[in-house]
Amino acid sequence: MDLHFGDSKPTDDERAAVDALLGPPESSWEGADRSDSDLRWARGGREARDRRHLLLPGLHAINDRIGWISDGALDYLCRRLTVPPAEAYGVATFYAMFSVKPRPATVLHVCTDLACAAAGAPQLWAGIEARLGLGSGVAVERSPCLGLCERAPAALAIKAGDPVRTAVSAPTTVEQAVLAASAPDSAPEEPPAALAVPQAGQDGLMLLHRVGVVDPSSLDDYRAHGGYTALRRAFELGPAGVIREVTDSGLVGRGGAAFPTGRKWQATASQPDHPHYLVCNADESEPGTFKDRVLMEGDPYALVEAMTIAGYATGAHKGHLYLRGEYPRALHLLEHAIGQARARGLLGDDVLGQGYAFDIEIRRGAGAYICGEETALFNSIEGYRGEPRSKPPFPVEKGLFGKPTVENNVETLVNVLPVLTMGAPAYAAIGTGRSTGPKLFCVSGSVERPGVYEVPFGATLGDVLTLAGVRAGLRAVLLGGAAGGFVRADELDIPLTFEGTREAGTTLGSGVVMAFDDSVPLPRLLLRIAEFFRDESCGQCVPCRVGTVRQEEALHRIVERTGADAAGDIALLREVGRAMRDASICGLGQTAWNAVESAIDRLGAYE
Amino acid sequence: MSKRDRSPKTYTRLTHPLVRDSRDEPFRRATWEEALDRAARGLARNRDAFGLFSCARATNEMNYVAQKFARVVMGTNNVDSCNRTCHAPSVAGLSAAFGSGGGTSSYEEIEHTDVIVMWGSNARFAHPIFFQHVLKGIRNGARMYAVDPRRTSTAEWAESWMGLNVGTDIPMAHAIGREIIHAGLANEAFIERATSGFEEYKNLVEPWTPSLAEKVTGVPAAAIRELAHAYARAERAQLCWTLGITEHHNGTDNVRALINLSLLTGHVGRYGSGLQPLRGQNNVQGGGDMGAIPNRLPGFQDILDPDVRVKFESAWDTVIQPHYGLNLTEMFEAMEDGSLEAVYCIGENPAQSEADSERAVRRLKALDFLVVQDIFLTKTAELADVVLPATAGWAETDGTTTNSERRVQRVRKAVTPPGEAREDIDIICDLAARLGHDWKYADAETVWNELRAVSPDHYGMTYERLDEHQGIQWPCPNTDAVEPTYLHGRLWETDPSRRGPLAPFGLVQHDPPVDLTDDRYPIRLTTGRRLDSYNTGVQSGGYASPLRRGEFIELSPEDAERYGVVVGEHIRVTSRRGSVTAPVWVDTALRPGLAFMTMHFPDEVDTNALTIEANCPIAGTAEFKASAIRIEKLPVATIVG
Amino acid sequence: MTVTPLGIPRRMLEFTIDGEEARVPEGSTVLDACRAAGKDVPTLCEGDTLRPKNACRVCVVEVEGARTLVPACSRKAEPGMEVRTDTERARHSRKVVLELLASSVDLSTTPKVAGWLKEYEAKPDRFGPDAARLDEEPRIDNDLYVRDYDKCILCYKCVDACGDQWQNTFAISVAGRGFDARIAVEHDAPLTDSACVYCGNCIEVCPTGALSFKSEFDMRAAGTWDESAQTETTTVCAYCGVGCNLTLHVQDNEIVKVTSPHDNPVTHGNLCIKGRFGYQHVQNRG
Repeated sequence: MDLHFGDSKPTDDERAAVDALLGPPESSWEGADRSDSDLRWARGGREARDRRHLLLPGLHAINDRIGWISDGALDYLCRRLTVPPAEAYGVATFYAMFSVKPRPATVLHVCTDLACAAAGAPQLWAGIEARLGLGSGVAVERSPCLGLCERAPAALAIKAGDPVRTAVSAPTTVEQAVLAASAPDSAPEEPPAALAVPQAGQDGLMLLHRVGVVDPSSLDDYRAHGGYTALRRAFELGPAGVIREVTDSGLVGRGGAAFPTGRKWQATASQPDHPHYLVCNADESEPGTFKDRVLMEGDPYALVEAMTIAGYATGAHKGHLYLRGEYPRALHLLEHAIGQARARGLLGDDVLGQGYAFDIEIRRGAGAYICGEETALFNSIEGYRGEPRSKPPFPVEKGLFGKPTVENNVETLVNVLPVLTMGAPAYAAIGTGRSTGPKLFCVSGSVERPGVYEVPFGATLGDVLTLAGVRAGLRAVLLGGAAGGFVRADELDIPLTFEGTREAGTTLGSGVVMAFDDSVPLPRLLLRIAEFFRDESCGQCVPCRVGTVRQEEALHRIVERTGADAAGDIALLREVGRAMRDASICGLGQTAWNAVESAIDRLGAYE
Repeated sequence: MSKRDRSPKTYTRLTHPLVRDSRDEPFRRATWEEALDRAARGLARNRDAFGLFSCARATNEMNYVAQKFARVVMGTNNVDSCNRTCHAPSVAGLSAAFGSGGGTSSYEEIEHTDVIVMWGSNARFAHPIFFQHVLKGIRNGARMYAVDPRRTSTAEWAESWMGLNVGTDIPMAHAIGREIIHAGLANEAFIERATSGFEEYKNLVEPWTPSLAEKVTGVPAAAIRELAHAYARAERAQLCWTLGITEHHNGTDNVRALINLSLLTGHVGRYGSGLQPLRGQNNVQGGGDMGAIPNRLPGFQDILDPDVRVKFESAWDTVIQPHYGLNLTEMFEAMEDGSLEAVYCIGENPAQSEADSERAVRRLKALDFLVVQDIFLTKTAELADVVLPATAGWAETDGTTTNSERRVQRVRKAVTPPGEAREDIDIICDLAARLGHDWKYADAETVWNELRAVSPDHYGMTYERLDEHQGIQWPCPNTDAVEPTYLHGRLWETDPSRRGPLAPFGLVQHDPPVDLTDDRYPIRLTTGRRLDSYNTGVQSGGYASPLRRGEFIELSPEDAERYGVVVGEHIRVTSRRGSVTAPVWVDTALRPGLAFMTMHFPDEVDTNALTIEANCPIAGTAEFKASAIRIEKLPVATIVG
Repeated sequence: MTVTPLGIPRRMLEFTIDGEEARVPEGSTVLDACRAAGKDVPTLCEGDTLRPKNACRVCVVEVEGARTLVPACSRKAEPGMEVRTDTERARHSRKVVLELLASSVDLSTTPKVAGWLKEYEAKPDRFGPDAARLDEEPRIDNDLYVRDYDKCILCYKCVDACGDQWQNTFAISVAGRGFDARIAVEHDAPLTDSACVYCGNCIEVCPTGALSFKSEFDMRAAGTWDESAQTETTTVCAYCGVGCNLTLHVQDNEIVKVTSPHDNPVTHGNLCIKGRFGYQHVQNRG
């Protein structure tokens, strides 16, 4: 491609960061010194253009090393990957974790989202800002939910360098957050993932039974606790047998859409086009959700095994694990787990000696809620802006790189292990008729013991809140996160099943159960939700791009109003919300009005 | 460096005729009456020493009338146009192989082919919309290969770019041919059925081993082999070239060497497989088709064919000279020896577009009479005795032009010409009337219908059908059908009578550029186009292109360092013929020893003072692509920054 | 009509639009079918030379069984589909989309939009005087064309035309996110420091006048732009031999704008800098 590059040159560090990822440039056309042979013969074309998918890792490499992405660094990356600089600029500016403007090497992300806001994030933010002003060497940024709701309020420090250093501080204070930002290496170690699982060690857990029990870095420990029996079973069953088991188990997707997993696998497996891809959606970004993080941090090999089974069943030889950018510990543990599995022949050309080739590549997100949408995630992996594609065609037909792709979230995949180890009938016997198996709930907010809870489908909202020790003065519960809906304190008998919540006119979503007491000002909460959607809208379609802004403006106007003073804006909200729901391209816009609507209709907000 | 504020010389439209009584006097305004009378007198007195430069920019209709003027009014076949400076070798080479001078396939086909070879063609700059069709092909999965001394924008799209030495196209082509034969990839059935001279060709290319070719061309043998295999193994392949092939002293041989590859592999005469010379001017194809060339009558019909002559003689009520006329190059030579005394130059600017421009100007000045018909007072017009203001063919007249894929399309009048400017055809007819031929054409369509009557290839193209189909490709012999988009499908016919003449392999030898590099002139200068500019800049200078930066001598970074020159620094550039000063530009697409210039800004830097007029003996095109130069720092550095 | 070669015949499929039988070749979009059936479905981001982007969402229709409305421009027609183009639900979304656009973007030069605002009884003012707008100043950084992003509805057509669908220059992209997303060149630099080759193929597809010839921009500013006084004449470009068809827009005997027919087999609506802007020489009339 005849790309245009400006005069900006990369610094040695920037060049080194890119070369560390891609290897040294092979010709002067890619940035090496000019040689006689380069000036006689140059290769390019398809092969050069096919490196586009390395754009996001390349941007990470620069951002990790320098802390921001300069013109020269971006141009160099583009030269290496044969990507037009304008497009790369569009991609770099899409993600919240990147900056194309100079900024300090250390960035402190302070969560100001729902659970943290209820736990004092505004005061925390003010205190940190006062301590880490200009010249402190730290850029402080407001962050959407960091997925640490069980330890609210939370902050994440990222200090660029070689290697990049990170520190999670949660629950945090001004003092601790400042410490984490100024010296991430000496910040206190994060508590183990098991602390997020109040049930840890209890009998009868199926998804969480190893969390807090095994050493998450030890493959041997994993195997000593039942690891890799499911994969062995899968090889016995053969791909069709696995799909039959999964189908018969009644397992449905846990990401929120509740699509039957067996049907999705079957649809992918039967596609004549090849290769097939497996994508694990670990871009857990729904405010209030942290179960996937806990699974990955507490039992990473379970995900590796489950992905291997899914790949085997659907005829994929490559699995992409798209991990949320704000999850440094999960990244570290999964990288280690994949490496170990590879070393032991549990990934690679000949998995378990069965002649099946499968490997997993981790791709890090970079701060974009929308990339949790399955097709946006494909675009993100491919090196494009994380904008959703229109469906049809569906991913099972044309997904990643335009090929048949099965995409499942972490919790869904991990459920495949008990399906195979206990057999479909036994699994299907758990839960209700239409919601089978165990379910994880992320309980946070006004409860004594926030954390991830595993209960069989069928437990009521009250059951779950009781487990977590709901505090007095409960006003409302947000189910399903920002894209979910509120229910009243007197609706605790709602069964937490897909059909139960649907009948109650709400949603299970991703399993968020966030409790709010009387002290939380509801209009502020709604405003925060609206801000979240405005910030996270990709901007592709009009209803969502402008609708989320108009929604926020209206909620801003009525934040202190009630009754007739708010009625006009509420009517406006309804009209805009309806159009967003009906006409937006993807689930983000379609659900951006859900929580607000439920607060108005169910909780009587603004009355 | 910041961009220079370079407003090129802008030309103002001619609005009234100009005459002068002697060459040392300035022009004065004249009436049409006076100007035409003077023009008629000047031509009449040189009836036996006359040549007409027709215009590759004007309509088919104008070209038809102009060549008819030369042949009927002036009784000569001395009619030619600037196609001589660009694609005459393509026409000559293609006609020698296939009997017809047009590109064999269509733009649409390149979108549906498997391998595209762009040879000596920076179509991304010179033919941007054609290149969009190439890009469609690439997006559809075609692999593109680029052969060009520079790694141009076009080459950057290639799977493989091969940076050969300037003027070593034949060794490269022969080595590819040899490799195809040795690898058993030649299409033997096609060769047997549709070609002649294969054994001789095989012997001819046999010495050109990839390693010998590597020595001569500078391109690694592996790259040559790869291209050979890719081209031969493709189910469909397109071979495209531009002036990198034709603007050499042996341009026609170059074209033949490329055509050989298509014969060897059967990549011609089928949908998606063919040969595409990309034409440089809006109607350079049509000008030739209309007979504005010295060896063909309208419809590309051979003057030496008595039946053809009889047809035209009866249609035009005249006698046609039974021999070829002089081509543009020969006409310039004839000016030198005095056998050509008067020229009617329509819409051409040879004073700046010819190689070795100083000599061209000298020769034009030696004419007894020069009448120039143009829309601007060009450098050529400044030398004239009479200047006639004309209309811009594409925006101020009706008619047709013919593009590189042989598509005849309508041009239409959109604006009224300024002042007293008149349509070319009307001017020619008025001159013809003064010289005893009373031609009446009500409009362009009347001319077109006269052409249709004498040209079978155009017969089916009524104006109405041209509108309906957004242009029709020739040949179009019937008014109720359109032919396939590609030519020479006949070569694949099983019945020999329908197959027609066999296509001969061209037995051409390598002949390096005439202007050799040596210690005194160590750098090879090649020329080409930039995206936003065009030819001598008379047209393209008129708009404010943000891309324009004026003329530079472009050097490789290594040469800039070796000579201690920097971007913007003015340096002296000298060839064996002339010397200019030009600012330096550094382009990484160049290798050491290779420099690049354009001819877009002749009023700034007269690049053609450097180029050599070493002409192709068959087509007459000069070797613009290969001059030997040296560069020197100026005593006092001038840096434009 | 004379004989022209046809491609491989396509299967026909049948479905209903507003209860009436529709029959279209396989591969047609719902919009194709609606247009064939004479249904007036508004479109903004749809382009006849571009793949549907379905970003604007004014063309939404109701399809039986679909949870949400579907964009007619990109949804392929399927056998047995029941499409309804004019339901209250579809009209509501179109109305709100038009209001959202009109309240944030300057639509003063967007053809047809005034009529649609009226037809759908859209009231963009109801979002109040403080409703966020794009608030962009025209970017005049070269003599050929102007980028007035206050008029940009982010339809992606310019990006697609500049990108892999036609020009493959990739000078522009969408940068930023959400309401702050804008069309930009790399590093948000001026056009003159970008990869732009000034082909103007972005102007050709811009549906709102956000991208316009400098000549048009200046004449509009001076109040002299008058489309009713303009003629459009299609001719052939005067530069290289490719033979691009140009449509010259002429007002008072001056060429004020150049476009190309979108169905032309040579150009498909695309031109290069010379064809698009290199006309000035004919009107340097002294």
